[in-house]
Amino acid sequence: MTMNTGHEIREAIARGEVSAVEATETALAAIAATERRLQAYLQVTPERALARAKEIDAAIARGQDLGLLAGVPVAVKDLFCTQGVRTTAGSKILENFVPPYSATVVRRLEAQGAIIVGKTNMDEFAMGSSCENSAFKATRNPWSTEDVPGGSSGGSAATVGARCVPIALGTDTGGSIREPASFCGVVGVKPTYGRVSRYGIVAFASSLDQAGPMTVDVRDSADALEAIAGFDPMDSTSANVDVPHYAAQLRNDLKGIRVGIVSEFEESIAPDAAMHALYKRAYEDLRALGAELVDVSLPHSKYGLATYYLIAPAEASSNLARYDGARYGLRVDGPDVFSMFDETRAAGFGPEVKRRIILGTYALSSGYYDAYYVRAQKVRTLMKKDFDEAFARCDVIACPAVSCPPFQLGAKSQDPVAMYLMDFFTIPMSLAGVPAMSVPAGYVDDLPVGLQLVAPAFEEGRMFGVAHAYEQATRHAWARTPIVYAGDGHAA
Amino acid sequence: MSKVIGAPADTEAVIGLEVHVELLTASKMFCGCRNAFGAPPNTLVCPVCLGMPGSLPVANAKAVEYLCKAGMALGCTIAEYSKFDRKNYFYPDMPKNYQISQYDMPLTTGGSVTLPSGKRVNLTRIHLEEDTGKNVHAGESIARSAYTLVDYNRAGVPLMEIVSEPEISSAREAEEYLAELKAVMSYIGVSDVKMHEGSLRCDANVSIRPAGARELGTKVEIKNLNSFRSVGRAIEYEIERMRACVREGERIVQETRGWDEGSGTTHSMRSKELAHDYRYFPDPDLVPLELGRALLSRWRTELPELPAAKRTRYVRDFGLSEYDAGVLTSERSDADFFEAVAAASGNPKQAANWMMGDVRKVLDRAEMTLASARGRPEQVAALITLVANGTISGKAAKEVIESVMIDGRQPADVVAERGLAQTSDAGAVAAFVDQALHANADSVASYKAGKEKAFEFLVGQVMKLSRGKANVEMVRGLLKERLG
Ligand SMILES: [Zn+2]
Repeated sequence: MTMNTGHEIREAIARGEVSAVEATETALAAIAATERRLQAYLQVTPERALARAKEIDAAIARGQDLGLLAGVPVAVKDLFCTQGVRTTAGSKILENFVPPYSATVVRRLEAQGAIIVGKTNMDEFAMGSSCENSAFKATRNPWSTEDVPGGSSGGSAATVGARCVPIALGTDTGGSIREPASFCGVVGVKPTYGRVSRYGIVAFASSLDQAGPMTVDVRDSADALEAIAGFDPMDSTSANVDVPHYAAQLRNDLKGIRVGIVSEFEESIAPDAAMHALYKRAYEDLRALGAELVDVSLPHSKYGLATYYLIAPAEASSNLARYDGARYGLRVDGPDVFSMFDETRAAGFGPEVKRRIILGTYALSSGYYDAYYVRAQKVRTLMKKDFDEAFARCDVIACPAVSCPPFQLGAKSQDPVAMYLMDFFTIPMSLAGVPAMSVPAGYVDDLPVGLQLVAPAFEEGRMFGVAHAYEQATRHAWARTPIVYAGDGHAA
Repeated sequence: MSKVIGAPADTEAVIGLEVHVELLTASKMFCGCRNAFGAPPNTLVCPVCLGMPGSLPVANAKAVEYLCKAGMALGCTIAEYSKFDRKNYFYPDMPKNYQISQYDMPLTTGGSVTLPSGKRVNLTRIHLEEDTGKNVHAGESIARSAYTLVDYNRAGVPLMEIVSEPEISSAREAEEYLAELKAVMSYIGVSDVKMHEGSLRCDANVSIRPAGARELGTKVEIKNLNSFRSVGRAIEYEIERMRACVREGERIVQETRGWDEGSGTTHSMRSKELAHDYRYFPDPDLVPLELGRALLSRWRTELPELPAAKRTRYVRDFGLSEYDAGVLTSERSDADFFEAVAAASGNPKQAANWMMGDVRKVLDRAEMTLASARGRPEQVAALITLVANGTISGKAAKEVIESVMIDGRQPADVVAERGLAQTSDAGAVAAFVDQALHANADSVASYKAGKEKAFEFLVGQVMKLSRGKANVEMVRGLLKERLG
């Protein structure tokens, strides 16, 4: 039998057919076999993973209750602080940084029995849509090693796409989970802002950053989100809202569900015949499951990119000020302390990070603040209203996750604006703080493309329900096999 | 505005103060680290107050409460909606290279401080922020040092900034303003307001203008003021310097100047380091503060009686003089002690006399304070009662007070041990009186000849014979009888 998903592994462990150590060894072997071609990891942590797996097996032997993710190998983006394990955020400036604490979501994953096997590659400080902005290496797409895996959570998407691990954690600020999930043919979830604690996640744009799961199937995303979600006293912006048992909300049909189709997005995607056709078919599949399709409008979505590229860099310019060489990370000495700051930052940050720091510093400068930052916040409020009005007419929104299938390495790396445009369909949800996910919807040019589903704030359960019905009816993720593929490695 | 003493008749000074007060919370402003002074460097730190990657601030509710209570005590308006902002600039005492502060929506606005003259100095605002760490430079300044050491123990300590309107007219008023602020803060217990430990810090904005003018002159900000006295001296110096500038026909430059305690002068600190655009914006890591009316009114009821109200009550209810009331209320702990003595003895006037007289005297001699003394209010009250009911004389009580205050002994025990109780046995007192009259025939004769002073001498002789134990009222009565 095959076990590609986390819930299958957990069930096999529960039945005593496989141990946590065996599951971990399988994942480590899969990573070892594919890593040369995939370059998905900045660090693999086999000793730590196996030691943890032994603890889980011992706990199971003692008859302890199995956690939600007991014995499931999980990879985490290198943006999550992991106690005692180097955490770089894909940047030279944190190349030697070993945090003395773990992110709340990492602690919660481990509390549910997950085995963390390594830290995945990413665009530096999560700034990018291709993983090419990593200071260390470029991750490849498991469906075509000439292509990018998407970003910024590219390493997490690639390792799940190649079936090395069933679950990886990513973060999404403007599309950094959903776009790579679409590119690598996996499920990727950006939860409601405030659903998941940000404590211990290296900050990019504080009012937008959210951690979420990237998985082979929807059920694993539901379980993983259940494991990591919930109020955290260490994060004032985390919401004190109960976390439901999402797996209980998974559906197999869509009877009585109104699915909103965004007219502005359909206009944008229409010129690309193949993409347009793929999404048209996806909507028809939803209708075939019993959903009623209704037209909705997000009139301010056209200002999404401009708004995002003021707010996110503004917050980033302040969040990244702490990397100055004084306390941790890279230090380049200078004749005095201010020169040390300058030299450290000049040497430690890559070009895209510098570009955004400059953008953000400018947007916050006196004389420009009202025209840029304040106005951007007003547009953001309008965008939230757009979603409120849309959700008065539908239960979930279905729309494109991306405007194109994966592109070649280097194709957009010299053109920042073209790269920024990759987030066109994902940014409005980030600005509005509503939950959204990408679920495999088929292939264009033999490369995967995801369907984006969006729900009102804290209605992830409803979103998972629709995604599950669609996934089970279409089974796109299992229709083809990527060229870099750990295969049915998780055999019992 | 009143004129500066000694200034040319045509200029007046305009002064505004920015006072930073560290709040006396158990933990820091945005993390759980202990808020304490004097610990070894970098021992009171955590990922949050060190600004480590991924760490997040969580506002200390007690600090918000303390600031609001300070605002209430000063008559400020408390904002029902307020928020935190980031003040961005690079400096190595700031772990995040931004300071979490409040920009356009401070917790309080308005309010005032009343000076002894009755003049009210209005407040602009009070806002909450986090303190920075402390730099120790190897050289004379940060730019001229081979290395700089940083202690982050203070980083993240809750700090309130109290900004006055430019309504202070002299160095003396500035000192009075600070003294009153300090009294109010220590009264409500939100800060220990020790300027030498940095828990109260002050920057002064000074300008001069033609007397009676409405427009403000060019202002200079003076930093590095380490005591109330240095605030006064620096302001005096700066006003003088500005007037000299005007006399010489020089332009006064808007700048920051540092006070040098040693030379008693200010010097320009203007440099690139201080030319900032702080790029304030709302801190996205923190949620806005929305204080409900119920919470605010509960805090209001928890406020202690403030010095001004106490003074009025002491004069009205206890019949004390304004001066005595002022002395007794200058420190809250002293006032509390006095009130406990007054209540337990039922004799506020005697309690006031003792507190300001012999209690103070023995404590000063022993270099102690009411807080460090072992004697408690009940014991002082017991001593007052022993005098009032005639058990001991006032003179004997003065001998007892030291053991009571310094060693914490019970007055009755000391009286018994030293045999200080008065004798009110008529036979015994009569015997002493007769003995004294017999031994001092001369004095008896003088008295009878009209010398009133001789009477007091005879009283003294009786007391001496009784070794102070004879009830002095009885002695007087018997002497009058015998001599009458
Ligand atoms: Zn701390």
